[in-house]
Amino acid sequence: MTISLEAHLRARREAGHKLLVPYVTGGLGDDWLDVLHAVADAGADAVEIGIPFSDPVMDGVTIQEASRRALERGATPAGIVAEIASDDFEVPLAVMTYTNPVAHMGFRRFAAALAGAGISGAIVPDLPLDELDGWGDAADDAGVETVLLAAPPTPDDRLRAICERSHGFVYGVTLMGVTGERDHLASQAHEMGERCKAVTDKPVLLGLGISNPEQAVEASRFADGVIVGSALVSRVLKGGGPDAAHEFVRELRVALDQSTQPTR
Amino acid sequence: MRGSPVTLEPPGPEPTGLGRFGEFGGRFVPETLVPALIDLEHNFREAWASEVFRAELTELLTSYAGRPTPVTECHRLSERLGLRVLLKREDLTHTGSHKINNVLGQALLTRRMQKQRVIAETGAGQHGVATATVAALFGLDCVVFMGAVDVERQALNVFRMQSLGADVVPVTSGSATLKDAINEALRDWVATVDTTHYCIGSVVGPHPYPWMVREFQRVVGDEAREQCRAILGTDPDLVVACVGGGSNAIGTFAGFLDTSARLVGVEAGGHGLESGQHGASVSRGVPGVLHGSRSLFLQDEDGQILEAHSISAGLDYPGVGPEHAELAATGRAEYAFATDDEAVAGFQLLSVTEGIVPALEPAHAIGWLARESGRAVPAGSTVLVTLSGRGDKDVALIAERLTGERL
Ligand SMILES: Cc1ncc(COP(=O)(O)O)c(C=O)c1O
Repeated sequence: MTISLEAHLRARREAGHKLLVPYVTGGLGDDWLDVLHAVADAGADAVEIGIPFSDPVMDGVTIQEASRRALERGATPAGIVAEIASDDFEVPLAVMTYTNPVAHMGFRRFAAALAGAGISGAIVPDLPLDELDGWGDAADDAGVETVLLAAPPTPDDRLRAICERSHGFVYGVTLMGVTGERDHLASQAHEMGERCKAVTDKPVLLGLGISNPEQAVEASRFADGVIVGSALVSRVLKGGGPDAAHEFVRELRVALDQSTQPTR
Repeated sequence: MRGSPVTLEPPGPEPTGLGRFGEFGGRFVPETLVPALIDLEHNFREAWASEVFRAELTELLTSYAGRPTPVTECHRLSERLGLRVLLKREDLTHTGSHKINNVLGQALLTRRMQKQRVIAETGAGQHGVATATVAALFGLDCVVFMGAVDVERQALNVFRMQSLGADVVPVTSGSATLKDAINEALRDWVATVDTTHYCIGSVVGPHPYPWMVREFQRVVGDEAREQCRAILGTDPDLVVACVGGGSNAIGTFAGFLDTSARLVGVEAGGHGLESGQHGASVSRGVPGVLHGSRSLFLQDEDGQILEAHSISAGLDYPGVGPEHAELAATGRAEYAFATDDEAVAGFQLLSVTEGIVPALEPAHAIGWLARESGRAVPAGSTVLVTLSGRGDKDVALIAERLTGERL
C-alpha cells in the first residue's frame, strides 16, 4: 500500500521529530535495493530514489558519477520502478529524476507506473512551476505527490505559489549550486527555511550540500528537516554498500533526535 | 557586392507565452535559474526595443565585426553544379564566423545587467573564440567550457581563446563534447548567476535564449535578402544553411520566412543516418527536453540522450533549437543531411572552384548542394548558401584525414 508522503511527514513532525530524507541512486550496484532498506531501517522518514539520466545538470560530480555507473550497469527508469514494485518498504518513497526520462515514457504512463509501484512522490528539478502543467495533472490524477523546489532567488510571490502547488513537502534549496558535499552549511539555508515556513504549513525540507550530522542539525533548526544526497552516495560509491549507508543515516538520525530532546 | 551599412531591422515575431514555438521551447531549468532567466528576458526585451541599444550594436557590428558581410556570386561553382550559387560570407567577419553577431549582442546585455563575468560553451571553438574576443573588448572575465574531445581536435582555437585571456575548461563527463560542455556551463551558472552571464552560442537553451539568439543572428538573413534582391532582382529559389544548434540557419531563415524561398537546413550525417553515428536531430530525433527546452533530440528507448557524431565539432550536438523543431513540424523549412565524406568533398569543391576555404560546418551545406544539384535542387535554381565560417580551424584535421599525417 502506498503511504502518503505528506501525511507521513506531517505525522512524524507532529510527533516531534526532525525529518530525514536520504537520497539513493537507483540501480547503483547490484545491492541497491539493500541500500534502500538499510537507510529506511536506519531511521529515514522517507527515501528519495534517483532515476539516473544521462545529462543531470542539477548534479555535481558525486551523483553524476553514480548515475553514470548505474546507466553503465543497464539501469533504466522502467527497470528501477519495476524493482521497487517487487519489494516492500516501511517508509514512503519518492523518485527524483529529470524531465526527459519522464516525458519520454509519457507523463501519464510514468505517473501510473509510479503509483503502481507504491511510489508516493516525484521530484523533477528541471520542471519548474511554469512548466508543470502536463506532468502536474498526470501526477495529481494518479495520486503521485509532486514536490517542487524553492530556491534562494525565488521572489516572495513565486515562493508562495510554489509552496501552494508543491505536494508531499517543499524542497528548499539551501544554496546556489548543484548537488555535492560542502564543508559548511550554506549561508542562505537559514533564510530559505524561514521564508518557506512563513508561507506554508506543509513540511519544509532543506537540501543540497548537507554533508554531516552537524550540518543536518543546524539546517533543521530553520526547517522541518533535511535531505542528504551526495554525502551518502559517496559512501556507496566508495564501496561501503548497505552497511556504510546504514551507519551514516543512523548517525544523522541520532544527531537529529538528540537535537530535539529538551535540554535539562 | 557589399551593401550599405547595417541598420538592424525591427524585432521579429516573438515566441508565445513561456517562450514556445508551437509545442517546442519553454524553460525547463532548476528553480535556481528561473529568476535569472526572467530577468534576462526582461533586459533583452527592453534593450531590443531601445534605439540606443540597437544603434550601439549596429556600430559594433559595423566597426568591429565588419558588417555587412558581402554576398559572393560563385561563377565557377555555379557552372560546375548547373545552378546559380550565392554565398553569404559570414567567414569574413572578425573571428571568422557568424558567432560574433550573437556574442556582441549578449556582451552589450551583460554590461547592461552589470555583470562582470561571462561563461560560454563551445564545440568547434568558434563560439568560444567569439566570446573570448568580446570579453577582452569589454573587459569581462571569461570562462569557456569545452568537451575534452573537442579540446583535442580544435587545439588551434583553444590557443586562440587562451591568448585572448579566457580560461578554457576541458569537460570530461559524458561524451566529452558539446552537449557535456553545455551541462557544465549550466552547472557553473547555477552557482554564479548573480555575477555571471551565460553567453549561449546557439538558438538552444531555455527561453529567452532561442528567441534572443535568433534576433541577434537575423542580421545575416536581413542583409542577405537585400543583397540577393540587388543581385538577382528577386528572392533566391533556395536558401541553405548548416544546422548544429541552428543559429546561423535560423538567422538566415529569419530574413526569408515571408518569401517563397525554399528553406533547407543541412544537418551532420556523420557516417550515415543508418550507422547511428550522426548529428541529424531533426531527421532522426524525437521530442524531448534537454538543456532547458523542449525540442528534438537523439535519444535511446529510455530517454537517455545519445552521443552525436560529426567530423565537425560545431555540428556534433544531439539536439536542435526549438524553433527549427517547429519549422520542421509545420513544413516551412526542410531538413536534410550531408555525411562526413560529403562535407569533406564540399570543403574541397569550394576551395578549388572559388578560392574560399570553408569551415567544415558550412562545408556540409556545400556537400549537400553538390549531391542534390539536378535532383532535389532542380538545375538552374538560384541558391543562397550561408557560409557560416572559414576553414582555418579545420585544415589540419582535413590534412590528416586526406594524407594520414599530422601537419
Ligand atoms: C562555422 C560554424 N558554422 C556553424 C556552426 C553550428 O552552429 P549553429 O548551428 O548554431 O550555427 C558552428 C558551431 O560551432 C560553426 O563554428
